Amino acid sequence: MNPAEIVKKIRERFPKEVLWFVCFRDECSIVVTKEKIKEILRYLKNTPGLEFDYLVDLTAVDYLGFREPRFDVVYHLMSIKHRHRIRVKAQVPEHGCCIDSVTDLWATANWFERECFDMFGIHFKGHPDLRRILMPEDWKGFPLRKDYPVKSDLGDKEWETYKELKESAKAWKENAE
Amino acid sequence: MQNKGITIKELTVNMGPQHPATHGVLRLVLELEGEIIKKCIPHIGYLHRGIEKLSEDLTYVQSLPLTDRVDYLSSMVNNEGFCVAIEKLMGIEVPERAKFIRTMMAEMARICSHLVWIATHALDIGAMTVFLYAMRDREELLEMFEMVTGARLTVSYPRVGGVRCDVNNRFLDKLYNFIEKFPKKVEEYETLIDRNRVWLKRTKGVGVITAQEAINWGLTGPTLRGSGVYYDVRKFFPYDAYDKVDFEVPVGKNGDVYDRYRCRMLEFRQSARIIKQCIEKLPEGPILADNALRIRMPESPLKIDKKDIIFEIYIEDKQIQEFIQKFTEVYASVEAPRGELGFYIICDDSSKPYRMRVRAPSFVHAGVLPKLCEGSLVADVIANIGSIDIVLGECDR
Amino acid sequence: MDTLYIIAITIIKTAVYFGILMLHVAYATYAERKIIGHIQLRLGPMVVGPHGILQPIADVVKLLFKEDIVPAKVDKTIFKIAPIISLTAALSTFAVIPVNKNWVIADINVGLLYVIGIAGIGTYGIIFSGWASNSKYAFLGGLRSAAQMVSYEVALGLSLVGVILMAESFNLTEIVNKQTEYWYGMFLFPQIIAYFVFVVAMLAETNRLPFDLPEAETELVAGYFVEYSGIRFSLFYLAEYLAMFSMSALATICFWGGWTAPPILIKAFPILEFVPGFVWFLIKVYFHIFLFFWLRGTLPRYRYDQLMAIGWKVLIPLALVNIVVTSIVKYYY
Repeated sequence: MNPAEIVKKIRERFPKEVLWFVCFRDECSIVVTKEKIKEILRYLKNTPGLEFDYLVDLTAVDYLGFREPRFDVVYHLMSIKHRHRIRVKAQVPEHGCCIDSVTDLWATANWFERECFDMFGIHFKGHPDLRRILMPEDWKGFPLRKDYPVKSDLGDKEWETYKELKESAKAWKENAE
Repeated sequence: MQNKGITIKELTVNMGPQHPATHGVLRLVLELEGEIIKKCIPHIGYLHRGIEKLSEDLTYVQSLPLTDRVDYLSSMVNNEGFCVAIEKLMGIEVPERAKFIRTMMAEMARICSHLVWIATHALDIGAMTVFLYAMRDREELLEMFEMVTGARLTVSYPRVGGVRCDVNNRFLDKLYNFIEKFPKKVEEYETLIDRNRVWLKRTKGVGVITAQEAINWGLTGPTLRGSGVYYDVRKFFPYDAYDKVDFEVPVGKNGDVYDRYRCRMLEFRQSARIIKQCIEKLPEGPILADNALRIRMPESPLKIDKKDIIFEIYIEDKQIQEFIQKFTEVYASVEAPRGELGFYIICDDSSKPYRMRVRAPSFVHAGVLPKLCEGSLVADVIANIGSIDIVLGECDR
Repeated sequence: MDTLYIIAITIIKTAVYFGILMLHVAYATYAERKIIGHIQLRLGPMVVGPHGILQPIADVVKLLFKEDIVPAKVDKTIFKIAPIISLTAALSTFAVIPVNKNWVIADINVGLLYVIGIAGIGTYGIIFSGWASNSKYAFLGGLRSAAQMVSYEVALGLSLVGVILMAESFNLTEIVNKQTEYWYGMFLFPQIIAYFVFVVAMLAETNRLPFDLPEAETELVAGYFVEYSGIRFSLFYLAEYLAMFSMSALATICFWGGWTAPPILIKAFPILEFVPGFVWFLIKVYFHIFLFFWLRGTLPRYRYDQLMAIGWKVLIPLALVNIVVTSIVKYYY
């Protein structure tokens, strides 16, 4: 099924939610509001003829200063049966930075959503285990946000946990002696 | 459990991040009851270098060497994936010769990567000899990489719009000789382990994942094909010269460690076939497109034809059109040795990517470990880690 | 005076034995590295001396001078005792093993029982080290080896019952002498099943591939001796190689006719009669040692439950069948 038809189908089913769609180099992205994202994705997954059974990627993009709402959560879907792809983007604002989790639709979304939370601070409602995944558990800030600096301004200061670790090791050593 | 004042609790074992069988810095927290795994929690991120964040501060050309470090065992394929994405974004048509060279090199990288896989996988299960046999052949391939690119591991060889330098006949002869002999060598590994009783006992029926589950968990590459799902980016969405060469995609049946192993062993032969065809069909001509990205002018913005963007807006907002025109985005994926390696790039008319997302197969595959391991024995964890073939550099990025 | 004389002779014998054994172990490590090296398309040690011939000596010196690390939270006494128990047990078995006619320290009547019993004590060293190290990997390794050794000890013992029935003696010298009464000169042929069981159990008993689960490098890192270093580590290493030697010697004595050559061979080539007994013995032992190395270069590792299944469901029934068949045949002929 070509992308235009897919968009048409979704628009028929969810007329209010679809905001716009863009086609570039045979890739189609649909931009939707975040409220019914799970229903839209479930529709895409289960409707005969679409059957997007495979979540290729889930990530987010920060459009700080270019657009309100600030974030886009991007779902790349593919159907192994029909060999077509689509990109669904849900807009998420900075305040109330949350969206429904899709872990019960695709198991692979579990880690993708954790990564997304880790990097952008977007909360996924209904996620079974929303923890940081790549960064240390006590990390402050969300690295892939545009207002997070690439180069650290910590100077020569040590990472706090490392300091704690050194102290506890020292105390333990004294104890042992 | 309370019994005569004795408390029985599970034994928690930290497997990794420094452990010989976790292929790098993967850490698994295993809760054991005897030798049976009750719970398995993978912890990753020990090799996180922030490649996605770094690339936002670098130009497209400068980002290319970063992709080498994503999956350092098959850097050629990573470069290729990045270049394919940028080419798609800019609409560059790559010359035929460059396409064939890239395909050939990517398959070399696939063989290289699979050789490391068979070496470490067999070593984990205890067959030490296979390791050295595989390393012997990998050495030859690395030498050939060095002949063309000057580097053995982090090659940075493909360029946006072609490849960096041409291949010569001496290299092609050497590669051809190697490829002629290679299937014999694969048979050699197979004589060691393929029908070895111990090997079969360790791999058959271990870490089973059905086709349905495998798709749901987002597995790709040989790990998915071992479960009997026919999906290969090279066949589904052909890039470079894959639509001009003849090859088959081996598919397994049971989805256990053994079938994944068989899939990769068969891929060795298919890769050899592709390389042979590439050498035979290699056309003459230029190796870099005319409108390729200029390395000497890294600060010049990308030229993207805005006419190609088709859009429809269903809400009342005047700024949206401007926004859509500004941010062009593209997702391109290649079949890396481990699975589908995708690059999602958003371009904002500057010389630097606004966002570069790497969809790493190892990341997804590491996530499936609890599913494969829970309920099995400690020794099966090792077999499972080997069979999903993860590289932590790619997993953590 | 007589007692003193016997004591002095025994001490001298023991010292000579000990020296030869240590040299053997040192060069067994060298042989292992060379043999596996060549199996794996490498050269093995090549740097120290011609073809690396002095490598074992360099290794010993290095191990002796390495810092002896005792981790802070271990049970210190048991941690220190464990390698000594292992080594003592491994060494003690050699007291009853005859290398040539009358070349034995103690020619006792229950030699075979003694060897099996003492070999069992070695298990304690491993369990102790696993427990005392206060490390989970070592603990798992210790547990594994306890279970493994106990179950394979049974198979090992049962496989030798057939030999005992045929020889009508526990004395190792007697067993060898009995074998020369047959024209083929060894129990290997009538006791082929027992020999098979013995070899498999021997591999498991000495923790060698494909049964090296207690120290499985890639699963438990190094298993029970993960916390050991320097000289204590080398004691375990010594014990492992000594156990390999004692098991090979036992196989040679019980199944291959010890220091004797098969009578049929001597009849065919009378010149062989002049070959000293210990040469035959060593050739047979080295064959078994080579078998150990060969298997290590070839086979992957079994899983824990599979290992136990092989022990209890295959080897022990086989050994029992062998005993029954041997007894019946023995009774009627």
